Amino acid sequence: MAAPKPRGDLRAEITAARIAALDLPQGGFTAAARKEALARLQAMGLPTRRDEYWKYTDPTALTAPEAAPAAVLADDEPPVFGALDALKIVFVDGLFDAAASDDLSLAGIEISRLAEAGDIHWAKGLYGTLEAKGQVPVARPLAALNSAAASDGVLIRVTGRAPRPVELIYRHESEASDVILHHFVKIDPQAELTLLESGPGAARFNAVMEVDLGAGARFHHIRVQGRDHHRRAVTHLFARIAAGALFKSFTLTMNGALTRNEAVLDIAGDNAVAHVAGAVVGDAKTAPFHQDDTVFVTHDAVGCESRQVFKKVLKNGATGVFQGKILVRPGAQKTDGYQISQSLLLDGDSQFLAKPELEIYADDVKCSHGSTSGAIDETALFYLRSRGVPLAEAQSLLVLSFLADAIAEIEEAAIADAITQRLEGWLARRR
Amino acid sequence: MLEIKNLHVKLEDEDKVILKGVDLTVEAGKVHAIMGPNGSGKSTLSYVLSGRDGYRVTEGSATLDGADLLAMAPEERAAAGLFLAFQYPVEIPGVGNMTFLRTAVNAQRKARGEEEVSAADFLKLVRAQAKMLNIDADMLKRPVNVGFSGGEKKRNEILQMAILAPRMCILDETDSGLDVDAMRLVADGVNALRDGKRGFLVITHYQRLLDHIKPDVVHIMADGRIVRTGGPELALEVERNGYADILAEAI
Ligand SMILES: Nc1ncnc2c1ncn2[C@@H]1O[C@H](COP(=O)(O)OP(=O)(O)OP(=O)(O)O)[C@@H](O)[C@H]1O
Ligand SMILES: [Mg+2]
Repeated sequence: MAAPKPRGDLRAEITAARIAALDLPQGGFTAAARKEALARLQAMGLPTRRDEYWKYTDPTALTAPEAAPAAVLADDEPPVFGALDALKIVFVDGLFDAAASDDLSLAGIEISRLAEAGDIHWAKGLYGTLEAKGQVPVARPLAALNSAAASDGVLIRVTGRAPRPVELIYRHESEASDVILHHFVKIDPQAELTLLESGPGAARFNAVMEVDLGAGARFHHIRVQGRDHHRRAVTHLFARIAAGALFKSFTLTMNGALTRNEAVLDIAGDNAVAHVAGAVVGDAKTAPFHQDDTVFVTHDAVGCESRQVFKKVLKNGATGVFQGKILVRPGAQKTDGYQISQSLLLDGDSQFLAKPELEIYADDVKCSHGSTSGAIDETALFYLRSRGVPLAEAQSLLVLSFLADAIAEIEEAAIADAITQRLEGWLARRR
Repeated sequence: MLEIKNLHVKLEDEDKVILKGVDLTVEAGKVHAIMGPNGSGKSTLSYVLSGRDGYRVTEGSATLDGADLLAMAPEERAAAGLFLAFQYPVEIPGVGNMTFLRTAVNAQRKARGEEEVSAADFLKLVRAQAKMLNIDADMLKRPVNVGFSGGEKKRNEILQMAILAPRMCILDETDSGLDVDAMRLVADGVNALRDGKRGFLVITHYQRLLDHIKPDVVHIMADGRIVRTGGPELALEVERNGYADILAEAI
């Protein structure tokens, strides 16, 4: 099946080796889409560290035929979204856990599982399409690999206002798990959904979520990636956003040897809003920490707003990466594009690598981007201490205040509080 | 209560000596004022007492109720009862004023082995004090000092002082940048804390604040030393004649 490879072509070799190790699902409504995805993958080839798009992040661990094992963290914290009345869908190392999951029926929303959808399904003709579209102008081969090989995932169609959030919980219990999940979320015009994700997923986790928002639809996405130190993950979020729709995504990353989160947002209808944000805390003391946010926002309609807010706190040799692009297509007038990426380096060993980009083909637009890297504000630290706040607590307060703008992207206060608590826990464990 | 003896201080990173033997004792219940030309070392003294980085004490001592201040971390000094109202209060984006205040109060209580205040009691306390200082509720919700006017920042310092109720209060030019009414509010705030047990060290350039806060003792600092000490009339003399005569005499 793999294309004939010239000798010495590293990309072709690793691609062939990876494909050979895949367990490709057969049949079902996705059969044709998977075949196309595999062809895309073969045509593009997997990334290598020579690729410009992977300049700051070595993809080797993500493309290797076998996943490196990752120790399972004994998580002593209560479930992050435990206090929210969410409909829970649980995957344990990628396997759906029916006993731990709630009944999948909920008013205004239709949920099925990719692995169980038969030949006829509303997602037929949609599965993999946003991923395919997101391959231009920059190739995202690991997402094509995902579409071709995903073992399971959820297919969510929202027709009204979902009365409860839906939460996807990814447990990691096996040191050697290598998991590929693919979700498709379709939100009908004017419908609304809050989708939560939590957990490490697997030793190696490749997740794709495609989100198709109809006119005036609203989507709130809050994700907390697991604390397991040695896990590796690559995730892709593809969204198509129709007129007047609202898309909001926030991710908290704590720990993880390697995390690459890509968001590819296509703002296709007028007056739509798309926000993507991330808060990252990494401490490379216990295990390596490398976290990469790669965002590509395309404005292809009039009067739309996009906002990227990424904040990273790095310690003991941790690495944070941000690659963020705003592309304003011809005719996308009155675009308001904003992008900020900042790092707080808690010591001299850590590093933040940022590549902000603007590419604008319309004249009546307002776009800005900024990127900064700094240490803790000593003056503020002294001020707090002079009021009696102990050093460690003062540092935590300042770290949280640094992250505040990213957390402020979460609309629901209860969810923002849950995230803040997690961060407080992480900081307290490092005092 | 506060005893400073022969205090010599230089900058940590530079060979610049700023305090050249300061001797000063503030007794419980007393208000001492320090005046002196710009750059004479008044703020440096207040920073060194409260434990800011960047200075090195080369000689001398400073104690609060007998405890060696210079051996303590800034937060320990605060818990021991020392408070500095900053000449330039610091903005802390992302930390709410209320969170900041409550964290500070509870941290100090914890350090002293006392119970934390309940959220409700704390709110009541803050509201009452804020009202006295004419600080509106909106300001309490905002991040610490962010977007506050100069005068608002100074009043916020006094609010913190009132809530933390320290034993020894150092005010570094809290009157600078205040309008007449605000100065009165600040002075009232200070006077309300004068209970015969606290000590005050008020750094100022102007007699006007001292009209409201009647000092017991006035010191003149010049070139890193206290060059003269007297009663309230010394401040009036400075107001009338400036520092020239006093400095000439000191040399
Ligand atoms: N961190 C520092 N780096 C360099 N110089 C300093 C530093 N801190 C203080 N100085 C210098 O030490 C001297 C005393 O400064 P200080 O701020 O204590 O004066 P002050 O008496 O409070 O003056 P003012 O009345 O203007 O507030 C000045 O010459 C000042 O420039
Ligand atoms: Mg000064």
